[in-house]
Amino acid sequence: MSNPNQSSSASSGGFALELRDVRKSFGKTEIIRGAQLQVKEGERVALIGPNGAGKSTLFNLISGRMAPSSGEILLNGERIDGRKPYEVNRRGLARSFQVSNLFPRLSVFENLRCAVLWSMGEGYAFWRFLSKLDAANARAEEVLGMIRLQRKRDVSVSSLTYAEQRALEIGVTIAGGGKVILLDEPTAGMSKSETANFVQLIREVTVGKTLLTVEHDMGVVFGLADRIAVLVYGEVIAFDTPEKVRGNERVREAYLGSTLADQQTAEAGV
Amino acid sequence: MSSHTVYRFKPYNLGRWIVWTLFALVLMVAPLLWTSSLSMTMLSQMGIGIIVCLSYNMLLGQGGMLSFGHAVYSGLGAFGAIHALNFASAGSLPIPVSLVPIVGGVSGLLVAALLGAVTTKKSGTTFAMITMGIGALVFSMSLMLPEFFGGEGGISSNRVIGESVMGITFGPQIQVYYLIALYCFVSTALMFAFTQTPLGRMLNAVRDNPERVEFIGYDTQRVRYISFMVAGFFAGIAGGLVALNNEIVTAEVMSAERSGAYLLFTFIGGALFFFGPIIGAVLMVLAEVLLHEMTKAWLLYLGVGFLAMVMYAPGGFAALLMMNVRVAAFGMMRRLWAVYLALFGAGFTALVGISVMVEMIYHRKLNVALGPTMTYWRAEINTDSTGAWVGAGLLALVGIGLFEVARRRFVIRWSAVQDDIEAELRRRNAL
Repeated sequence: MSNPNQSSSASSGGFALELRDVRKSFGKTEIIRGAQLQVKEGERVALIGPNGAGKSTLFNLISGRMAPSSGEILLNGERIDGRKPYEVNRRGLARSFQVSNLFPRLSVFENLRCAVLWSMGEGYAFWRFLSKLDAANARAEEVLGMIRLQRKRDVSVSSLTYAEQRALEIGVTIAGGGKVILLDEPTAGMSKSETANFVQLIREVTVGKTLLTVEHDMGVVFGLADRIAVLVYGEVIAFDTPEKVRGNERVREAYLGSTLADQQTAEAGV
Repeated sequence: MSSHTVYRFKPYNLGRWIVWTLFALVLMVAPLLWTSSLSMTMLSQMGIGIIVCLSYNMLLGQGGMLSFGHAVYSGLGAFGAIHALNFASAGSLPIPVSLVPIVGGVSGLLVAALLGAVTTKKSGTTFAMITMGIGALVFSMSLMLPEFFGGEGGISSNRVIGESVMGITFGPQIQVYYLIALYCFVSTALMFAFTQTPLGRMLNAVRDNPERVEFIGYDTQRVRYISFMVAGFFAGIAGGLVALNNEIVTAEVMSAERSGAYLLFTFIGGALFFFGPIIGAVLMVLAEVLLHEMTKAWLLYLGVGFLAMVMYAPGGFAALLMMNVRVAAFGMMRRLWAVYLALFGAGFTALVGISVMVEMIYHRKLNVALGPTMTYWRAEINTDSTGAWVGAGLLALVGIGLFEVARRRFVIRWSAVQDDIEAELRRRNAL
């Protein structure tokens, strides 16, 4: 089992995550039509695009929820397309969900601890007590502190506010120590101030990691991302720094050419 | 660096020690309080029932797997054990009688390993249907393999074999009861310990969100499969104890009725709390022995009771108990005891009226040869007289009416109490 903390990318030229001509069809409809992407280690990439472009589908393909119809997906140079989600996760990639996907009858702390167990090598053990797993418990406490939910430690998930659930969602995603993090619309449904706090949280918890995030809020995108990938009709039509993407004619035409996008970036002071 | 940035204060867990000591005490003292041979029979069956219902709840309450065929594992455990007992009798298997239930456990484990690989591939309704199918399959095999299953007569054996150690021959029922009690205590402790392990917790996670489990590194099916085998082991232990207790095992131990009973009573006891199935097992034996003796309509009462629980108290008796413990912990029980009294009084009245009518109907249909007079508790009731019917009917109606009135009052009081508890919790949280 490869160590997710090493990057072995000799064969792919050093990319943490790479998509090579990835295609996905559902019946006769091709949703992802030859997506290409190379994300460097430690880079922060925002994936933007109009609704229906295939961003969630792309996340599902990368994280192993579905297999591509053709093409290759490589994590640190190793092919992960067609692998089961737990195989992908064990190789160092973790994803969050657009709709919080937590364990409703477990407490906040238990949610985090579950997310930690595999990476601590606990496996399917039923001959050890959870309370004695010092490393796992310490790591869960650490993540609890990072997402600032210490006061809700033993509270059941169903009584958290929306923003708290989104924070826990991120906590469960990063707790396992994966080096490549996929966040699916982390700030969806949040107010302006909640979003600003949340972006700060995302910056803090993804230090030193490779980040790929789907976002609709242009202020967040331009403030957080090193590079932006624009997905339109299942193809990546641009993949460049924020300034270059903003100036790209094709992108403006297809997606960014709206007063809303300009307004959001103006408000963010970018 | 230092993992002690948060000062951890872990006092000696007194509550847990008290509960387990009480449990052990009850197991030890029960046959001294209830000494009749009927009590001894029931206590022995309860000890066995606790093990099997707890093992069933490992699947249902802890894992979210609804099985309609759990009796396959306890049943095949019973058959494995009784054959082992016969081998031990013949001298070809040198194991003491007290370890025969372990053979049952291993049998249950092996069958679960074999069948679980297929069963746990799917979840939800598909899983339930597969377990039902396997249950029917195994039961029907029992008439086809007479060497193993003994045909219609089953397999019998004798548990009084070998030399007695310290006067223990396992001949008298009381000795068998204490063996059952020991297995019950140890099995309960082990199954509780399971809930505090990584696999136990991941099983809960699989119950809550099987999809997300895969994204945090675990193979959901593997979690289910291993847990399935652990549950099968304990079900087999219960089966092994049945073999010792009855000294005969027939195909009935693997029947759909058995599986149904495990499901029904684990649910009634309460699948959401660890101790729920313990309550369920006690009720199971009381219903199957006492209620069965009292009335021919016992299945009707059971069915209606189960229906009522599913609709109004899906957490079972354990949840009802814990909800009230919470109210008492906040010191608010004094606001409820009066409505509870009214509720139970009215409910009891309605129950008497309805059950008299049910018994009269059953008597007229099934006991025609006995004449029109039936015995209800200590009273003689003439089912021919319209007075009896009108009386029972009125009692039922009055009871139902009063119950509805009490229920409305209760709902208002209960909601008020819950609101006050929430307010108190918020106040404490803010401090």
